Amino acid sequence: MSFQQLQHDMAGEGYVATDDLAMALHLMDVLERPILLEGPAGVGKTEVARALAGARGAKLIRLQCYEGLDASQAIYEWNYQRQLLTIRAASEAGETGRAVEDRIFSEEFLLERPLLAAIRQPKPPVLLIDEIDRADEEFEAFLLEVLSEFQITVPELGTIHATTQPLVVLTANGTRDLSDALRRRCLYTYLDYPDRETELAILRARCPGVEARLAGQVVGFVQALRREELEKVPGIAEMLDFAAALMGLGIADLTSDPAVLQSTLKTLLKTQVDQANVTTEVTQRLAGRAA
Amino acid sequence: MSRVTRFAARDPGPAARMSGFVAHLRENGLRLGVAETALALDALTHVSAARPEEARRALRPICTGCKEEAERFDALFDGFWMDAGRVRTRVMPASKAKGHDAVHSSRDAKGEAAGGAGQATAPDGGDGAAESDGEGRLIATETRNLMRKDLRDLVRQEEIAAAEAVAARLGQALRDRRARRRRAARKGDRLHFRKIIRQSLATGGEPVRLFHRKRPDRAVRITALCDVSGSMTVYAQVFLAFLAGLMRSDPTADAYLFHTRLVRITEALRDRDAMRAIGRMSLMADGFGGGSKIGASLERFAATYARRLVDGRSVVLILSDGYDTDPPEALAAALAKLKKRGCRVIWLNPLKGWRDYAPIAGGMAAALPHLDLFAAAGTLADLAALEPELARL
Repeated sequence: MSFQQLQHDMAGEGYVATDDLAMALHLMDVLERPILLEGPAGVGKTEVARALAGARGAKLIRLQCYEGLDASQAIYEWNYQRQLLTIRAASEAGETGRAVEDRIFSEEFLLERPLLAAIRQPKPPVLLIDEIDRADEEFEAFLLEVLSEFQITVPELGTIHATTQPLVVLTANGTRDLSDALRRRCLYTYLDYPDRETELAILRARCPGVEARLAGQVVGFVQALRREELEKVPGIAEMLDFAAALMGLGIADLTSDPAVLQSTLKTLLKTQVDQANVTTEVTQRLAGRAA
Repeated sequence: MSRVTRFAARDPGPAARMSGFVAHLRENGLRLGVAETALALDALTHVSAARPEEARRALRPICTGCKEEAERFDALFDGFWMDAGRVRTRVMPASKAKGHDAVHSSRDAKGEAAGGAGQATAPDGGDGAAESDGEGRLIATETRNLMRKDLRDLVRQEEIAAAEAVAARLGQALRDRRARRRRAARKGDRLHFRKIIRQSLATGGEPVRLFHRKRPDRAVRITALCDVSGSMTVYAQVFLAFLAGLMRSDPTADAYLFHTRLVRITEALRDRDAMRAIGRMSLMADGFGGGSKIGASLERFAATYARRLVDGRSVVLILSDGYDTDPPEALAAALAKLKKRGCRVIWLNPLKGWRDYAPIAGGMAAALPHLDLFAAAGTLADLAALEPELARL
C-alpha cells in the first residue's frame, strides 16, 4: 500500500491530507513508530487520528492530557470498591488469606485506562495522545517508556505485553517545549494552516452543499483574516462553522449584506479583543478582496 | 553552513550515502543519531525512493524534530542530494574581511545560515509584525549596522569567569523556588496529618509512624533578552559576559539578543568553549550596535518563542536602556502580551544607576506598569547587588 492509497482512504473519511502528512502517516504504519503532530490550534491535528482510524476501520482510543495527569489515570487502576466488597464477602464466608488476595488482584478487578486498553486490542487500534504538552514532564518520561517497549508492568500481576501494536498519534500545540527524547522517538510533522486549494477541498468535502462561488469567497476571506493581527487565529473548524452559518442564512454572496456578514463573524473570532479590532470596515476590505 | 560535504555521487552505496546525508544534517545542527540513519534507510525501502519528491517527503518526518528544523530541511536536502554535495545557502558577503577568519570556522556554520526567513540569524524575516508595514523595513535597513563587530573584542576570558560566578548566584536566587503546596515526602518540615491518621488505622488508631510533607522544588525558568543596539554598546561587554555566564551555569536558561531583530542565542552559548561561544554569538548578532526596535523585538518574542517556552514558572529578564525607535504603545502591548502568559518580567536598565535618571523615555515609561522589578545594572557589581531583590521577587 502506498501513501496515495492512504490519502485516498482518508479523503473517503472527509479528511483532506496533504502529501507530506499522508507520507508521514504511511511511514508511521510501515516503520511502527509513533508520530508527533505539531501546529497551531485548529489545523486538524486531532482530526487526523479520527480519519486514520476511520480509513483503517480501526478503533480510536483517546487519551486527553492535562496538567496533573498521572499513571493511574492513563494506564490502569485497581477497582478498590469492588475489592473491598469482595474482601468483606469473603470474610463472611470464612475465606481468608492467600486465596482472597490472589482473587482481588486478578484481571477481573483491573480497570483498563487508555494506554493499557490500547495494547490489549485484538486488532491494532489508533491511540491518540492529545495535547501531550499539557501533561507534566514526569508523565512524558513515563510515556516514553511505554511507547518504546509496548509493555506495561503491573506489580501484582506481572508484565502485560502488547497483543498488537497500536498506531500512536501524539499532538502538541506548543504550551511547553517537549523533550528531545520524545521528539527523537517519534516521526515529526508540522501542520500549518492549509493553503487556499487545500482549504477549498476541505470545505467541499465537509459542506458539499456550498456553491463554488461562495466557497471561494469564504476561503479567501478566512485566509485574509488569518493574516490580520489576531489573538486567536481562526482554524479550519471555525471556517466550516462560518460557511455553515452563511449557508443557513441563505447568503450567496459575501459582499451582499455587510451587517449580516459582521454578525456571522462570531463563528470566526473567539475573543472580545479580536471582535473589537475587526470592525465593519476591516471586514468589508477583506470581503472585497476575497470576492 | 558553507561546508562542502562528501560528494553524494561518489559514495559506494545507498547505506554510505544515507550516512553521508545524516552526517551532513548533523554538521548543520540537527541532532541525529545512528538509529535515525537506519530508520531513514528503512523508510526509503517502503516508498519509491528514486523520485526525489517522495524521498524528501519520507525523510522529513524522520530527520526533523521541531518546526525550525522542518523549515530548514528542504534547503539541506537540496544541498546534499541536488547540488552534488555543496550546501546551497551560502550567504556570506564576498567582500568579507579576511582578518576574522578564525571566527568563521565550521562550528559557527549554523550562525551563517541567514538565507531566508525563520532561520537562525533571521528569525523575524519576512512575515513578522515588525516588517509588515513596509515603512518599518526601510528604517530597519537604514539603521542596521552592517559592519560586523566581533564580540570577542569586547569580552575577555577572565571577565566571563567573574560574570559566571555572578550569574550563577543570581540564577540561583531567581530559579530555586519551592512550590506553594506541600506534598508527601520522606523528610519534610511539616507533619502529614491526613496520611498519619489514615495509616494509623492499621495500628488500631495509634499513630505509630509519622509522615511528613514538604514544599517540593519548583525551578523557575530564566529567559534573558539582551539589547545590543548602538546605545547599549558600552554596557554590552558586561551584559554579554553575564548572559554567557548565566547560560553556562543553568542548563534550562534561554537567551536572546535583539537590536532591530530578535535572535535566539541559546544554542550558541551552550558551547563548552566560552570564547568560541562568544564567537558564534557575534556571528548571529550581525548588525550589532545599530538601531533598536524593542517593541517589535519583544512582540516577536511574545508571538513566537514565548508561546512555547514561557509559562507561569518563568522569569523574563530584559537588559535594555529602553531607547526605542518603535512607538511606546508597541512596547506596552508586547509586554502586556508577555505578562498574559503568567511570567514575571524584570527590566534591568543601565541608565537607572545614573543620578537624576527618571524613566521618561517614551518606551520606558510605557513599559513600567508591566514590570515586576525595574532595577539598575551597569556593571557586574550592580548585578551582584541585585541578588537579595531577586530572591524576594
